Amino acid sequence: MFVMIVGCGRVGSAIARRMLEEGHEVSVLDEDPEAIAQLEKGIEGTWVDAGGSFTVGTALEMDALEEAGIERADAFVASTDGDNTNLVIAQIAQRQQQGLRTVCPTKIAIEMLDEAVREGLGVG
Amino acid sequence: MYVLVVGAGKVGWNLTRELIQRGNEVTVVEHDPGRYATVEEELEHSAQYGDGSELWVLERAGIERADMVIAVTGDDEDNILICQVAREKYGVERVIARCNNPRNLQHFELLGIKPAVSATDLILRLIEHEVPRYGLLHLLDLPQERLEIIEVEVARGSPADGAPIRDLGLPDGSLAISILRDGTGFVPLADSVVQPGDEVLVVLDMGLEDKVSDRFKAPEGGAAAA
Repeated sequence: MFVMIVGCGRVGSAIARRMLEEGHEVSVLDEDPEAIAQLEKGIEGTWVDAGGSFTVGTALEMDALEEAGIERADAFVASTDGDNTNLVIAQIAQRQQQGLRTVCPTKIAIEMLDEAVREGLGVG
Repeated sequence: MYVLVVGAGKVGWNLTRELIQRGNEVTVVEHDPGRYATVEEELEHSAQYGDGSELWVLERAGIERADMVIAVTGDDEDNILICQVAREKYGVERVIARCNNPRNLQHFELLGIKPAVSATDLILRLIEHEVPRYGLLHLLDLPQERLEIIEVEVARGSPADGAPIRDLGLPDGSLAISILRDGTGFVPLADSVVQPGDEVLVVLDMGLEDKVSDRFKAPEGGAAAA
């Protein structure tokens, strides 16, 4: 499966690493060129060496989405730090690419999950 | 008419004031506390504090009975979402969105948010009007109908110079609808002869501008600036 992930923060990078580990093809898009460092946490070598791809650009730019390979994508994860942005880019991706499965985790859901996990583990 | 304006920046604030002056009931929603305080001083109860992309804020502002919602925040995604929610969840019939980055206009279009107004795009169009390419002036664009009306000046020595309308060689999908000569206009017949200096109005399918304007340009392609 070819998975495209937009927004390489905590959530996006975690999903990206896991999908890559599981043998999927993963393309990550983020506006910050430094964000690739998030992907390289806990893996040996660079993200690109590990087989992933990374594109710099914003998700509202069609050029960036195309460069990142949206035409081949089977799944699309919108995980930027803005809920409204995620909702809009997921819809755009869906319209551009009929039948594309999109996942759009909301900020509140992520924070609640994060909190629950921390409480459960007794961290911080 | 009850109008809900989201975003009290320059556009939102002025819009709210103008709409109130014209006798409408208006509420403007602003999420920045400092900005809200400034605007509230003048607009008083017409200003409400809150994030206009949150449902409870919109409901408190009375979106359910709004005749029109205008999303003019500085964030295109927010504007798109606010208009979608207004239309689809609350059944607001008329929405207007501000498009900050003209490159996002295609996204507004894709998601069916119209009209979307982009100041940058408007100014660009005005520039095009003021500085026409090849003496070609866009008079009217009808994007829905995929038609436009342009005005072209007939250059001396161009294929159109001295030709009757029927022999102008305009491409299929275009039609000369009037000729302006010496300050007056008339609707040409098939045998009306085009003279240099005439301004011809042509209605055409979008994308034919170059083919049409070729007929009116001097052959060498030298600077035919008007």
